[in-house]
Amino acid sequence: MKPTDTSDPDYFHRVVDCQWGCPAHTDVPEYIRLIAQGEFTDAYMVNRESNVFPGILGRVCDRPCEPVCRRARIDEKPVAICRLKRVAADHKEDIRERLPIIPEKKNGKKIALVGAGCASLTVCNDLMPLGYECAVFEALPVPGGLMRSNIPAFRLPAEVLDEEIDYITDMGVDLRLNSPIESMKALLDEGYDAIFVGSGAPKGKELDIPGRQEGKDNIHIGIEWLESVAFGHIKKIGRKVLIIGVGNTAMDCCRTSLRLGADDVKVMARKPRGFFKASDWELEDAEEELVEIVINHSPKSFVVEDGRLKGMIFEVMEYDIEDGKITDTRVVDETFIEADDVILAIGQETAFPWIERDIGIEFNEWDEPEVDRTTYQSTLPGVFFGGDAAFGPENIIWAVEHGHQAAISIHNQVHGKSVDDRLPDTMNLSSRKMGIHEWSYSNSFEPAARRKMEHVPLSERFKNLGTEVELGFNAEQTACEVERCLNCDIQTVFTDELCIECDACVDICPTQCLTITENGEEDELRQRLTAPADNLDQALFVSGGLEQTGRIMVKDENVCVHCGLCAERCPTAAWDMQKSLLEIGYAADHDVTPCPIRKTG
Amino acid sequence: MTWIDKPKVKWAGQKSNELGLTLRDYEGGLSTLCAGCGHDSVTAAIVQAFWDLAIRPEQVIKLSGIGCSSKTPAYFLSGAHGLNSVHGRMPSVATGALAANRDLIAVGISGDGDSLSIGFGQFAHAVRRNLNVLYLIENNGVYGLTKGQFSASSDPGSKAKKGEENRAQAIDPVASAITLGGSFAARSFSGDKEQLVPLIKAGLAHPGCAVIDIISPCVTFNDHEGSTKSYAWTRAHREAANLADLVPPAKAIEASYADGQTLPIKLHDGSVIELTKLDPDYDPTDRARALQYLESHRAARQIVTGLLYIDSEQPTLNDIAGTAKKPLTEFEFDELNPGSAALAELQKHMK
Repeated sequence: MKPTDTSDPDYFHRVVDCQWGCPAHTDVPEYIRLIAQGEFTDAYMVNRESNVFPGILGRVCDRPCEPVCRRARIDEKPVAICRLKRVAADHKEDIRERLPIIPEKKNGKKIALVGAGCASLTVCNDLMPLGYECAVFEALPVPGGLMRSNIPAFRLPAEVLDEEIDYITDMGVDLRLNSPIESMKALLDEGYDAIFVGSGAPKGKELDIPGRQEGKDNIHIGIEWLESVAFGHIKKIGRKVLIIGVGNTAMDCCRTSLRLGADDVKVMARKPRGFFKASDWELEDAEEELVEIVINHSPKSFVVEDGRLKGMIFEVMEYDIEDGKITDTRVVDETFIEADDVILAIGQETAFPWIERDIGIEFNEWDEPEVDRTTYQSTLPGVFFGGDAAFGPENIIWAVEHGHQAAISIHNQVHGKSVDDRLPDTMNLSSRKMGIHEWSYSNSFEPAARRKMEHVPLSERFKNLGTEVELGFNAEQTACEVERCLNCDIQTVFTDELCIECDACVDICPTQCLTITENGEEDELRQRLTAPADNLDQALFVSGGLEQTGRIMVKDENVCVHCGLCAERCPTAAWDMQKSLLEIGYAADHDVTPCPIRKTG
Repeated sequence: MTWIDKPKVKWAGQKSNELGLTLRDYEGGLSTLCAGCGHDSVTAAIVQAFWDLAIRPEQVIKLSGIGCSSKTPAYFLSGAHGLNSVHGRMPSVATGALAANRDLIAVGISGDGDSLSIGFGQFAHAVRRNLNVLYLIENNGVYGLTKGQFSASSDPGSKAKKGEENRAQAIDPVASAITLGGSFAARSFSGDKEQLVPLIKAGLAHPGCAVIDIISPCVTFNDHEGSTKSYAWTRAHREAANLADLVPPAKAIEASYADGQTLPIKLHDGSVIELTKLDPDYDPTDRARALQYLESHRAARQIVTGLLYIDSEQPTLNDIAGTAKKPLTEFEFDELNPGSAALAELQKHMK
């Protein structure tokens, strides 16, 4: 193998699994350390820089960081990253004076944004401090998009939402509520320098099976129904409720139903467990509320008698499963299940009836706009898409990242630069060595298991739709959970020329991830390390030839716990523990104007 | 010194031996030696060898004298018995322990100071009597604990850290062991576990005194230019005569050694020490040849490693002295203390 090029920022970035897994590349270990020090406000600001909505995401993020957390490869459960984010948000002090100063003198560029959801708000967050004038057009009477309309208040309280949206709208955003955009053509004619479409994926999928029309009064489309509940238009539901679909929207629907008077709620899944779209923790939360999840039931028809919905007929399915894949499907039975109401939560899609198809914005065969995956620009220069509107339903954290990237493109575009002109990520390394055996991070391994989030008792939580179920971590839970973080950003950095091949690091490593050996091809090398490196998703660090024998130092990154013992036991400081700081270029970092001449002296 | 504990991490891929123990279960406390000390690598090699052989730690007794080397029993097999004795007196304590319980697997850890200076006499008699102990000498050619004076194994002409040249002659523990009638004499290097781990296993299987001289560089006082016990010098000047491997009895039956490249040495328990010849002319069962070989390489300033002499037929001290077959702890009180009448009967013959 060739020596690893650690000057490539991606190498050490990948070692920080959580940050690499986060679409917005939140510096997770850094904010967890700040929480450990009680610096909640600083921790919040580290979060805010990349993910903009720490309080919101600390409750409802889809947590792509957690399944990839290194801790999960050591004691099964990852660090409760999301919950810790909420700790920072809940305990921070007033952050307003840390927010960027908005220039009074504007740069003369006007941006129109369609939809006041997380993507548009992120664009505003990045562009307002640069002197832009942003006009956000929102169809609903309040900003927040799906965060407001589709996520129930018992998971995401309105105050949290208001606070973090206000930080952005208070930057001077021209927020036009109750202002649906009816025509893209008309909007283009208004002369904005750029247009950002962040209108989400507002159309719930239909289930066209017999009885749908006859029973329509008691058959609801999940996201529309949640929106009606959020705005108080719907206040009750029948006792027996069936939810069709088993994604995260279905989980919100079933739990909301319980709070509107239902007491027999079944989530009907077509496939067995393991094929559910809902996150594990959302399933757990729903089951804790005694929602029954019925597997292998495929909807066949609605049963309506005397104009009233009585229930549904399902086909009972059987599957052959090999290696986690369904190889064959059979209908083995049919069954009737009673229901007063049915909620369809089988997916959602984008809808752009308001975009004329002859103005230069191309749509693909699925009637989705053609959007560039890097620049978020449509085929009409100056029109950008982000969030669910760009590539269909994803998560808030993805929408935030789209917003950041679109903001860079807009910044370039309106200043006559190419939208492809983007700064690469850079990586800064600095040693954490404080003394002979002292490091400026907590390198001792905390063997405790993941802390469990306390919930409001079942007897209390259904009384009020807005009662937040999760109580947040208490001080003891927080103090323990932060220490479970392995500080993966404190990198093991190796300097070939200093190594005397004494084996001290190899001998001390608690997870046998180091080897000094002859070089070879990767596949073969992986098998003859101190412990075989079987996790191919995890990189091998390979040094150059060592001075005394020409052998190489190999590190399998897989289960390194970043305890720093290799560096402590190294007599020549060939190993050092260095913090990697990923520098991500945002719109503000993209210099589009010549440096103004400043008066000196 | 490291302040944190070595993390007890249960990671996927961690292997267990036949006893269901992981490598970590054969470790001891965290080393307090200098970072980069060769002794820590020897410790790791011991841990590896005992884990590979699936020896129950409580079957083992660790013995040592004084010195950096003699601290190391604290760093492996925390489940074993142990005694950190007086300077140079490890062999006496080992003799006593084995006299009382010949079933113990005894590991004596010593250094060039402990065995070749103050304890040279003790070393000589343990070897001569063929005490059944794995006798490891962690040899760094320097008195590290007293800040870097030349030791009895420092080569003439080698230089101390501040430049002073050694003019006294060196004791070679391997040559000494052979001339003293030793039954197993080997040399290895802390920086070469591929050679060291199998040698330790062979030494454990060998019935008798298995002396392994391990060049174990002192990073603090003897790893400079001019030293002949540094990592760099040892790597540049070592010459392996053979590679040893221990084949357990079950496997030994099936093995065939017709190629002439491999020399099998059969042990009483049915296992075989398999020697792969790196120097085709070398025969480790020929005592005169071994001494000659050592001498010619010494003159050429080369460090010969491998299993250099073995005679697995020699009786051990327990056989010679006819000590009790079962541990003294397993005797009934009456057997151990037959009373004054029996004593009087015995004394009658001495008058």
